[in-house]
Parts: sequence; structure tokens; C-alpha cells
Amino acid sequence: MNVLSRQYEPSKMKTYGKHEFYRSKWKMVSRNYMLYIFLLPALIYIIIFAYWPMYGIQIAFKNFSSTKGIWNSPWIGFKHFTTFFNSYRFWNLIKNTLTINLYQLVAGFPVPILLALILNYSTMKKLSKFAQTATYAPHFISTVVMVGMLILFLSPGNGVVNKLLSYMNLKPVFFMGEEVYFKHIFVWSGVWQNAGWNSIIYIAVLTNVSPELHEAAVIDGASKIKRIWHIDVPALLPTAIILLIMRMGNIMNVGFEKALLMQNNLNLNASEVISTYTYKVGLINAQYSYSTAIGLFNNVINFTLLVLVNRFARSISNTSLW
Amino acid sequence: MVRGANMKRKTAELNLLKHSSDGIFDFAVNLLLILILIITVYPLYFIVIASLSDPDAVNTGSMLLYPIGGKDRLLNFEGYIRVFMDNRIWRGYYNTIIYTFFGTLLGVTATILAGYSLSRKDLVGKGPITGIFVFTMYFGGGLIPTYMVVDKLHLINTPLVMIILGSISVYNIIIAKSFFQNTMSVELQEAAFIDGCGNGIFFLKIVVPLSKSIISVLTLYYAVGHWNSFFSALIYLNNEKLYPLQLILRDILIASQMLVSDTTDIESIGDAQRIAESLKYAVIIVSTLPVLIMYPFLQRYFIKGVMIGSVKG
Repeated sequence: MNVLSRQYEPSKMKTYGKHEFYRSKWKMVSRNYMLYIFLLPALIYIIIFAYWPMYGIQIAFKNFSSTKGIWNSPWIGFKHFTTFFNSYRFWNLIKNTLTINLYQLVAGFPVPILLALILNYSTMKKLSKFAQTATYAPHFISTVVMVGMLILFLSPGNGVVNKLLSYMNLKPVFFMGEEVYFKHIFVWSGVWQNAGWNSIIYIAVLTNVSPELHEAAVIDGASKIKRIWHIDVPALLPTAIILLIMRMGNIMNVGFEKALLMQNNLNLNASEVISTYTYKVGLINAQYSYSTAIGLFNNVINFTLLVLVNRFARSISNTSLW
Repeated sequence: MVRGANMKRKTAELNLLKHSSDGIFDFAVNLLLILILIITVYPLYFIVIASLSDPDAVNTGSMLLYPIGGKDRLLNFEGYIRVFMDNRIWRGYYNTIIYTFFGTLLGVTATILAGYSLSRKDLVGKGPITGIFVFTMYFGGGLIPTYMVVDKLHLINTPLVMIILGSISVYNIIIAKSFFQNTMSVELQEAAFIDGCGNGIFFLKIVVPLSKSIISVLTLYYAVGHWNSFFSALIYLNNEKLYPLQLILRDILIASQMLVSDTTDIESIGDAQRIAESLKYAVIIVSTLPVLIMYPFLQRYFIKGVMIGSVKG
């Protein structure tokens, strides 16, 4: 009581003038100069490799020529953007990028949650512990090896999948060479690789749910399904929303490495996405300005979506990134 | 103690209070668990046994459950012998180790320094500086502008680009920041400062020794990232001598280039192709081995890392 009243006694509060305020700030800065030195390496890195490139974005609105440099190349406005919007590739690229991503979201988002629930509710505790460790493992496989595995397993001649199909008297399928299969392979191999890793956070949430809630529910005669629905799902929801927002900010980004590595001439119609196209136009065809424009278009959409989804999430559930 | 015993009895009773539908539920959950386990483990297991089997047994599909060495051998190490005879793989291995070691060293150092600094409440300008970092997580210059910067710095086709580029991740800085925020108490810092300790000494003598877990987590993240990195090499390197392992793997696994040792042998092309296919399994194992060896030791840090990262910065 005594402490409280002393704390809130207004006459004892020290009041700073504007001048004094800045002087004390400056004192803090000079006393902690070391902390700014600590920040330097990371700050220099992002200034060089994240902010300096942003200066180069202007070539999206210019006709870049390497002899004139970024600054002196002539402005041409939105010409590269309109060229891109009118190119025959445009709708195909948008369609591929969006379908793969939405598919990935719909398939990949619930699986880690289900996995966490299964691992949590399984009565075979030892096996569930082992399964937990085993499902993390594929996360550490590199993209190159992952795609290499897909090509090996799905090879029409001697891949194990086609061998199994032939045992069932089915015709071999050239999975990697047919457009229809591309997105399924892309998405489900991703689920295989990352579901375990992504479930870690949900498992942690589930173990933090207060046991009293479950005890009370059991006494009231709730079945396990009822307990999941009324106790675990509400506990998982805030985490799930945050992760969903973060995913939305990447809705136009399909894993570049994986898409590029899975591409071949036969499936190109289904496998060319914006990021791989930017790479080809920019670095292989050396159309710097055009490629930058496409990249910028993609980036702006992502950024806008992130802001919108974040605002939406905040208005309906008080859960947001910022 | 009495309370503890009571609690124990209570939970024991609770377990008896099973709902009638829970039996079916348990059965379904356990069945799914086994199914998940098979789907996860079998592809990995298949690669291991295929790498140790006779290429013919793998190619005809007769090898499905256990390795078949062929010609009264239990295991077949031919794939591995060929992989180890290949110079490109050795060089790729060497390059990757160099890139991973120095890249991780740089990344972890810069990350804990920045993370610690940003975690301090008395850092003037903390908000704006954090903003400068976080903004780059959501917006960037894109491929070509970044390429032009790297070009301007004369980093293209140098080992440095592989070490520096991607060495610092803002996401990891945020993870480090929330770790320090939750573990380093203001009292500890004030006590040290009263004893005449400055920020530099405090960081080295007190913060670093107390941060083994976050340093391990960051080392794991960065090292795996560098080991598996393929993008930077693809874009910034065209000198084959500098290629990291992943780029060599791409050539062998995906572009189906044959190993040098295949063509020097006096074998028919068909024979070489037959072996090349099964050799890929051995290449996968050899390239993933370091991560596999580290895996059991680092496993306990995984959950820690994800949990620290999930705390909103």
C-alpha cells in the first residue's frame, strides 16, 4: 500500500523539460555506444544487400543499358509492365503461381495441425515420440536432393512408384513429364517434407494447454473428439492465424528452387511460375529492366496482400503480426 | 506432498472415466500414426537400401524391403566406391565445408550481436532500427537489382559471395532478440554495471556464456541453410572449381550427368547408364550424411528454436 501510494504521488514525479529530455537521450546513446557497434555488422549487411538493391528497382521504369548505368538510363514509365500484362505468358504465369500456392495453402496448412493432434492423442507413447523425430527429418533434406528423389522414385522406366503400379497391372506413368501431375507432386512432396517441422509449434501449444481444462471436460463426460473441438482447437487458433497471415504474405512466391529444379520441357506450361520466369528473363536472356519490372509487380502484390490480411485478422480476432 | 498424491489419484480415476466412443477414436489415431510413420520413413529407408544394393535389383523393382547385394553379396558398395572416386564430389564437399564454416561463423556472430543490442530496453532508437530490419523481411529489391549490387562489388565468381550472401537472416535476428528479452534480466545488467562492467565486457563475459542454447539453435539453422544452399551458387557462380556440393548434385541427380569415373571404364554405355541410376542413391546418402550425423545431437534444440521464434518480437 505504502509503496503504491508513493509511486503515484504526482508532486514527487520528476518532470523533464524538452531540452533536458534530449540531453538525457544523448547521454543514453553515448553510454551505450557499444550497442550500436554491435548492430553494425548486421546493419551494414542489410543496407548493402537489402536496401541498396531497392535503389536499383527504378530500372523497372527505365530502359536499362549497362553502359549508361542505373541513374542515366532513360525513363520509359510503365512500358515494361504493360508489355508483361499483355504478353501471352501473363495469365499462364499468374494462374500457375496462384493455383500452386493456394493448393499448397489448402493442403499444407491443416496437415501439421492434424499431425500434432495425432501425435498428442496417440496412446502408443513411445512410437509417437519416435514418429515425432522421424517426421522432422525430411525438413533438413536439401531441395536438390528432394527433387532428385522425386525424379528417381517417379521415373517411368525404373522408378519404384511405377514398379508398384506395374505390380497392380497399371500402365507406367511419366509423372514428371505430364502437366497435370506437376502441382500435385510439387505440393504433396512439400507436405511430406515440412509437415513434421511445421507441427512442432502446434505440439508445443497443445502441451501448454492447462490440464485442468481437460480434467473438467472428462468429468463432464466429454469424449476425446469433443475435447479436441472445445479445448484444443481454440487453443491452437491464435497460432494458426499468425502462421496463416505470414503465409498470405507469400501467396505469390512459389519456392523458386524447387519449381526450377522440377521443370522440364514437357511440363513447362504448368511449372513456369513468376519467380522462375523472372530468373530466365533476367539472367538467361539478360533483359534486366523487364525482369525487374516483373519482380516488382510480384513483390508489390505480396506486400499489399500481407498488409490487407493483417488488417483483416486484427479486425476479426485481435491477432495480428503488428 | 498430500496434494501431489491426491492429484495422482485424480488423474488415475480420470483415465478410467473413458468415454464410450474413445475406443474407436484411439484405434483410429494409432492407425493413422502408423500410416504416417510408414509414409515418412519408407522413402528415406528406400534410399539407404537402394544405395547398398545391386543396380539391377533396384532397376527391376525386386528390391523393396531389404538390400539385395546380388551375386552372393549381402551389401553392394559399388555405388559408394564410384562416388568417392569422383573428383567433382570431393571438391564440392570441400567448397561446401568452407562456405558453411565461414558463413555460419559470420552469421551467428552478427546475429547474436544485433539481437542482443535490439533486446535492450535502454537502446535509444530501438523501434526505428528494428523497423529497418523487419521491413526487409517483407520487401526487397528482387533478383536483378541484387545481382547488380553483387556485380558492382566484384563478388561474382568468388568464394566470398557464397559466404556473405544469405549469411544473415533478419528472422534469426528477431529470434535472438526475443531470446535475450526473455532471459537477460535488467537486474543482472544493472548489477554488472555498478561493478564497473561495460557493455562489451558484459556481453562477452555474461551474455554469451548464458546463451548456449540460442547459439546452438542459430548455428543449426545457418549451417543447414549454407549446406543446402543452391540458389546463390546457381546465380553468382559459373566457375566449376567453386561449385558447392548442391550444384554438383544438381548435375548428377537432375541433369543426369555421369560421373567422370563412369566414362573412363571400359564399359558399354548401357552398362554405365545402369550403374549411373543406382549411383544416385549413394550420392544422396553421401551428401546428406553430415546433416544425418548431426541430427541426433541437435534434435533437442529444434523445439527450443521454434518456440523462441514463435514469441512475438
